Amino acid sequence: MNGVRPSLPDAAGHFGPFGGRFVPEALVAALDELAVAHAAAMGDPGFHRELRTLLTSYAGRPTPITEAKRFAEHAGGARIFLKREDLTHTGSHKINNVLGQALLTVRMGKKRVIAETGAGQHGVATATAAALFGLDCTIYMGEEDTRRQALNVARMRLLGADVVAVDAGSRTLKDAINEAFRDWVTTVEYTHYLFGTVAGPHPFPAVVRDFQKIIGEEARGQILDAVGRLPDAVVACVGGGSNAIGIFTAFLDDPTVRLFGFEAGGDGVETGRHAATLSAGSRGVLHGARTYVLQDADGQTLPSHSISAGLDYPGVGPEHAWLKETGRVSYQPVTDAEAMDAFRLLARTEGILAALESAHALAGALRIGRELGPGGVVLVSLSGRGDKDVQTAASWFGLTGER
Amino acid sequence: MTVLAETLRRCRAEGRAALVGYLPACFPDFEQGVANLRALVDGGVDVVEIGLPYSDPVLDGPVIARASDVALRAGSSIAHVLRTLEAVASTGVAALIMTYWNPVERYRVDRFAAAVADAGGSGLITPDLLPDEAEAWLAASDAYHLDRVFLVAPSSTDERIALTTRFCRGFVYAASVMGVTGVREQASTQAPALVARVRRYTDLPVGVGLGVGTAEQAAEVAQYADAVIVGSAFVRRVFEASADAPAAVRALAGELAAGVRGAPVGR
Repeated sequence: MNGVRPSLPDAAGHFGPFGGRFVPEALVAALDELAVAHAAAMGDPGFHRELRTLLTSYAGRPTPITEAKRFAEHAGGARIFLKREDLTHTGSHKINNVLGQALLTVRMGKKRVIAETGAGQHGVATATAAALFGLDCTIYMGEEDTRRQALNVARMRLLGADVVAVDAGSRTLKDAINEAFRDWVTTVEYTHYLFGTVAGPHPFPAVVRDFQKIIGEEARGQILDAVGRLPDAVVACVGGGSNAIGIFTAFLDDPTVRLFGFEAGGDGVETGRHAATLSAGSRGVLHGARTYVLQDADGQTLPSHSISAGLDYPGVGPEHAWLKETGRVSYQPVTDAEAMDAFRLLARTEGILAALESAHALAGALRIGRELGPGGVVLVSLSGRGDKDVQTAASWFGLTGER
Repeated sequence: MTVLAETLRRCRAEGRAALVGYLPACFPDFEQGVANLRALVDGGVDVVEIGLPYSDPVLDGPVIARASDVALRAGSSIAHVLRTLEAVASTGVAALIMTYWNPVERYRVDRFAAAVADAGGSGLITPDLLPDEAEAWLAASDAYHLDRVFLVAPSSTDERIALTTRFCRGFVYAASVMGVTGVREQASTQAPALVARVRRYTDLPVGVGLGVGTAEQAAEVAQYADAVIVGSAFVRRVFEASADAPAAVRALAGELAAGVRGAPVGR
């Protein structure tokens, strides 16, 4: 850091009033162990070498940036660049974090990993790393999500993972996380919880950020090469917020770069059927951290809604809560319909099927591009590819069955 | 001194462990929930733990998680839980609320503490609040003279046990196993060692919970702990009772109360 911004989180995992640890005491020892392993790894050139080799030779990094010229014709004359996390092995940015944490798992001497997954991208990435490192693997997934992301369930099983369909509560990502925590508190001695996003108790928000910030580090250099200056705006979708933190971190200290996080607006924030936690939620504690939460007056978590399983989450990473409160990042909702329009536009103008999560960022990029006008430069985190979403999209656009 | 502290002191004077019984409020609805909790008292429970039903009970196994779900569907609210607390505490028994942290923070910690004190409650058990993050609760519990029960676990280091017990008041909750709530077939082999470690750092009573469900297990735990905490077994009785759930709860409380008194059991 250059002294402008204090290094966050603090030693106990706080980003201002957010973050920290709200967990059963039984997990404290494991979280401490992880924090120590993480700190040691970050200071160990050997770890960085090993991870870099995996990221280049296995995951396909660095990912390119692609200028989306035909797509940008709909964005008020601004230039739009896509950071192509969809081109990584397993098809999303999730692999970055998973490979890092898998190395930590081995260093901690644990033989088993568990993970939650919403869209299935983190589950697939975790199952992949577990196969690569010879670890036992159990993935928790809401029953509702196993239905709408059936392709990813099959992928995880092919990779040798056990997939547990969670039929509690809303049967989505939130409930998968609850079930993973229940497993972890029972098996923590030999199991690492390979958490997939920048939420959860300390040190997960810092661990996941440190493994995802490569997105922004690469993209910053690439956009400088491409246009000779920093972008005017960097945009990403935000569910838990790992791809967003990944691309934002490299730009946090650049005052001329505006940062935008796009949340799942579902049917529209005014309908109550959405997952726009930062736009419409309030301060609370969920899944081990103080952050923003969709909750009722009694502090009960409200069900979220999004066409995108990966954004369908009533919480968000604590660093995002802090970036909202400090005003550094602007968070806005994007509805299902806006995201699906952007999804189709990108497919037809650029030949890229984006993940429905990433489609929210694309819709946001159109919005910000129109605001910036000609000459503006927008960098978009295209966090994943849309193969898993073909069925949902086909049914949305009425492309299935009888004509 | 809270009713809880007085109760635990009395049990210690009687040379026996206290029996702590748990049921969620509003399970299966508000009225029947109160009746079930009062049946705990009638059956001989020394301390009542009232669960505040929460949407994301990560430390609860399937039995209590399902009960929380039933309670929420029945319209459980913080107001209902406080009225339940008042109804239970009015019997004179020591009553605590067991709650995940977010509802308390949402209600506002100080306001929640005032309401618990007002209803005659002795304090809170907070399974997902560590003393490290409890500044507001430490202040509020002091202001309203409430007990605060934090948990220790078999995985706790000695440093963590020292820290946690320093902030506990009323008793220390020792989780007997690594895991979630729910009855186990075997009594924990880790619990006696954990209780012994806790005693090196505090003179507070130590309660053992998680996995205890039968009179035999209660008797066994009562040999080394100051309080035996039973939850899921009561919840299961309510689920299984076809008609008279309070009678089923009362019967189990009676068996367990005999267990903690070391009476011959089930022969």
